[in-house]
Amino acid sequence: MIVADKKPIEEIIEDIKNHEKVLILGCNECVTVCEAGGKKEVGILASALRMYFLNQGKEMKIDEETLERQCDHEYLEEIRNVVDQYDAIVSIACGVGVQFAAEKYHSTPIYPGVNTCFMGVTEERGLWTERCQGCGQCILSRTGGICPVSRCAKRIMNGPCGGSSKGMCEINKELVCAWQLIVERLKALDRFEEYEDLSPIKDWSTDRAGGPRKVVREDVQP
Amino acid sequence: MRLTYPTNIRIIRVPCTGKVDILHILKAFEKGADGVYAVGCMEGDCHYTSGNFRARKRVEQAKKILDTVGVGGQRVEMFNMASSEGPMFAEVAIKMVDKIKELGPNPIKLQKKKAA
Repeated sequence: MIVADKKPIEEIIEDIKNHEKVLILGCNECVTVCEAGGKKEVGILASALRMYFLNQGKEMKIDEETLERQCDHEYLEEIRNVVDQYDAIVSIACGVGVQFAAEKYHSTPIYPGVNTCFMGVTEERGLWTERCQGCGQCILSRTGGICPVSRCAKRIMNGPCGGSSKGMCEINKELVCAWQLIVERLKALDRFEEYEDLSPIKDWSTDRAGGPRKVVREDVQP
Repeated sequence: MRLTYPTNIRIIRVPCTGKVDILHILKAFEKGADGVYAVGCMEGDCHYTSGNFRARKRVEQAKKILDTVGVGGQRVEMFNMASSEGPMFAEVAIKMVDKIKELGPNPIKLQKKKAA
């Protein structure tokens, strides 16, 4: 899922302080799971903002809405009939949702209510860690299902580097060396001999290096 | 025991303090409550293992938000006591009411009155 973290309320206040009618727009997908932008967080943020502006003596209409997703036309269309009632929207979906809402509702300012961080997993409640950087050329079959692109600080394809010490990375003693994990996993899979195979030079043009990317699937297009 | 405690407290019963959500606390202030406190079982004595710890975390979270929005985090507290500690319940109620009276009314309530 896409992992996001809440923005400080002060930052959101600064963004919307000159508006009068604001919609707080949540998303039922990834940001709900990482407890940053779901219905609950919409309620908390809206309540806090209402109290802040009321306390400042400023009349402010702050409404709440949470969509199934903000990255698909059909769900974003659900607010088409009400969007004119607001002079700004705070979207607490990931950056994708914020941008898609901004594209769709061209004349309404859309402000982000979360900081979008990475694609990752819920290791335990309240702890999310990165697993994928969407490099566009998955090599997990060769690395025992552990990704050196997202989990190795240097993104090296033939590791570990000299900074790996007692299974930990040199940049942070709490960060596990991805290549240590790969070696252990290959051993467990009884495929350790594959570790000797050199990885070919990776084609980074499918990563961000090639500019913004797109996937075209003519077979599923209408 | 015939204990008395302030009459301006409204008790909202929940099955466990773990049921107390941050939104319950925030909405109470938004609607004009001057103070809110959660009374949970002793730490380590929760029938559901961690309900009272969850409540404490939510109270802490509410404190931060209330400080940010200018209502004041001191208006919300969490207390732990056993169900048999009637005198302590009364003592905490008196203390909390005294504290809130010192802080004065909820500024949100005052602004709402002004606007009306």
